[in-house]
Amino acid sequence: MDFGFNDEQQEIQRTARDFLSARFTPEKVRELAESHTYDDSLWREICELGWPGIAIDEEHGGQGLGMIELVILCEQLGYACAPTPFLSNAAAGLMIDAVGGDEQRERRLAGIASGEARGAAAFTPEESPIVPDAEGAAVLALPEADGVRLVEAAGAEIEPLELIDATRAYARVSANGGDSMPGDPPAGVDRVAVAVAAELTGVAQRAMEMAVEYAKEREQFGRPIGAYQAVSHRCAKMLLDTEEARSLTYYAGWVADAERDSLPMASAMAKARASDAAWEVTASALQVLGGIGFTWEHDLQFLLKRARATGQLWGTSGQYRERIADLVGLAAEEPVAG
Amino acid sequence: MDLTPTSEEQAFRDEVRSWLEANHPGPEPEGDDSAKFEFQRHWQSELHEAGWAGISWPKDYGGRGATLVEQAIFSEEMPRSRAPRPANVLGLVMGGPVVIAHGDEDQKERFLEPILSAEEIWCQGFSEPESGSDLASLKTKAVAENGGWRVTGQKVWTTFAHEAKWCMLLARTDPDAPKHKGLTYFILDMEQDEVDLRPLRQITGEAEFNEIFMEGASVPDENVVGGVGNGWMVGITTLMHERAGLGAASAVALRRDLDDLVALIQERGLADDPVIRDRVARLQVAAEALRLGGLRTLTQTMRTGIPGPEGSLAKWQWADANQELTELATDVLGPGGLERSEWSYKFLRSRANSIEGGTTEVMKNIIAERVLGLPRLR
Repeated sequence: MDFGFNDEQQEIQRTARDFLSARFTPEKVRELAESHTYDDSLWREICELGWPGIAIDEEHGGQGLGMIELVILCEQLGYACAPTPFLSNAAAGLMIDAVGGDEQRERRLAGIASGEARGAAAFTPEESPIVPDAEGAAVLALPEADGVRLVEAAGAEIEPLELIDATRAYARVSANGGDSMPGDPPAGVDRVAVAVAAELTGVAQRAMEMAVEYAKEREQFGRPIGAYQAVSHRCAKMLLDTEEARSLTYYAGWVADAERDSLPMASAMAKARASDAAWEVTASALQVLGGIGFTWEHDLQFLLKRARATGQLWGTSGQYRERIADLVGLAAEEPVAG
Repeated sequence: MDLTPTSEEQAFRDEVRSWLEANHPGPEPEGDDSAKFEFQRHWQSELHEAGWAGISWPKDYGGRGATLVEQAIFSEEMPRSRAPRPANVLGLVMGGPVVIAHGDEDQKERFLEPILSAEEIWCQGFSEPESGSDLASLKTKAVAENGGWRVTGQKVWTTFAHEAKWCMLLARTDPDAPKHKGLTYFILDMEQDEVDLRPLRQITGEAEFNEIFMEGASVPDENVVGGVGNGWMVGITTLMHERAGLGAASAVALRRDLDDLVALIQERGLADDPVIRDRVARLQVAAEALRLGGLRTLTQTMRTGIPGPEGSLAKWQWADANQELTELATDVLGPGGLERSEWSYKFLRSRANSIEGGTTEVMKNIIAERVLGLPRLR
């Protein structure tokens, strides 16, 4: 039993943190968010590092590592609040890998792994779903009532959408036709939920650090505000929220590769907890920061908005808890005949 | 990262499980507290004979020398099989480890074996009426006299005092030193006239705890542990052991109670109630977060050798979850559930979870100061 990263995983984590903190400085994140753009050269660098293919098989041009490694990257990308199409591309990769047929995998995964023919994915079956990063993608994975459909982005109607979160590009998508994928949708959707939970965990960690740092420095009534329990206990709760999200997310990442029967429950718990944690920690951090946290000038806003949009987007915590209730044994019983 | 048990870990779990299946003493006798205690004492002596008492203790001192993972496995399997608690739990979890860590060879020789066999029960004399969360302000004083000490003062919330032979006692030996520096850790003989007990009846109606009154009670020099003036450091070891030992066992107990609650909800036809479903799902998440956090802490401790302050997080999570769980159970049962029953007992008893062994507020202070590095107010 070992609930910690091995040397290689620690190295991936370190590299990711160093790279992202150097490239996605607070100034850079702000510049990209305010201009509603991504930086193509940074995306190319990410692709050169092989990140988009981290969890995709080598035969499809990926690195052939697992969900844990993807979780490590997503957490660091959330921590940096990096504006990139990484998560949506990874989501499409996970869906096609788990739900697609051989031919679909053969045709699509290489482009997703290299980042040259990106994918994007919706989560819930809807008429015109919101799909992050649909613009610029080559292929879209769109869940329907009884399966997932793969659509060429070129033939879809993509209408850009400005959500409060400007660190990611969102769009509403309407598309007809496409190929349906033969596999079981939850196998893909559950993996996507784990990757999203990882990003949210990173967002929570960063917001907590901002709040704690500020509470150590900001003085009122002649003391650092972090000396007051009304503030320090709020910060302790941020740690509890973040660590619960992290434990459940790492566990779900491990389960996805090693103990698949447990994945539906593990992924639902991770996403439910991480959605709530990211929102509660960012909102609580704003309260610790006080007025300055409410200004456009302060960077917390990007985390807070990212937390809210991402927490809602791939299924709300309430939707996941509904699923957990079923899985824990509160399934509605069939009426007994006679 | 790999949560699969190694073949040794699995073999150990199988061994524990099959031993418990073959030797489970059955349900505890109800009603009569002293009959229940004798039952637990007998159970511990059986555990001891089979080598399961003090499994974390080194083999030289009669323990099993189990690894941290094996200790966690054992702590999981005990509540899972609904086995009774051993009678001398405070001696096993706190008193023994303190004597092993800070005691001299004579003390190890004298005290350890009877702890394991439950021949001599231990209790803990830390809290006082005016020193709860601010433990270091305690006033019970010990005065040196003829190669020994005379102790005068009052202790409260002392579990098992009426069954105990020995009390882990923190007393002030230097009133002029700063409050953390003037304390000494003693092993007090409870069987003397100068020690008086009064049972403390709690909101559940039972008297799990006692007050202890000491009027010039005597302690020989050889019962000082860790040296005069070092009581705070020695006492903190006790509390760290208490919190570290809580993790695995409390997660399993929570799981077991949650499974019972889910069955109860089904039985009452409430499985479709959206509010109840949401509350159950939150508890499921909390129970798993507690279990997995415990495993992460375990890995961390194995890699670094230091338990760290994360035990404070687990204590807080557990208290919150257990209170929410028992509140939900009484909501599911309705007013009828407040009749004297296992659930109504658990409901009331859980209110102490956020107080005993360090309040949730103290846990938050520890996390804020020692994990997050926030400044102290004091």
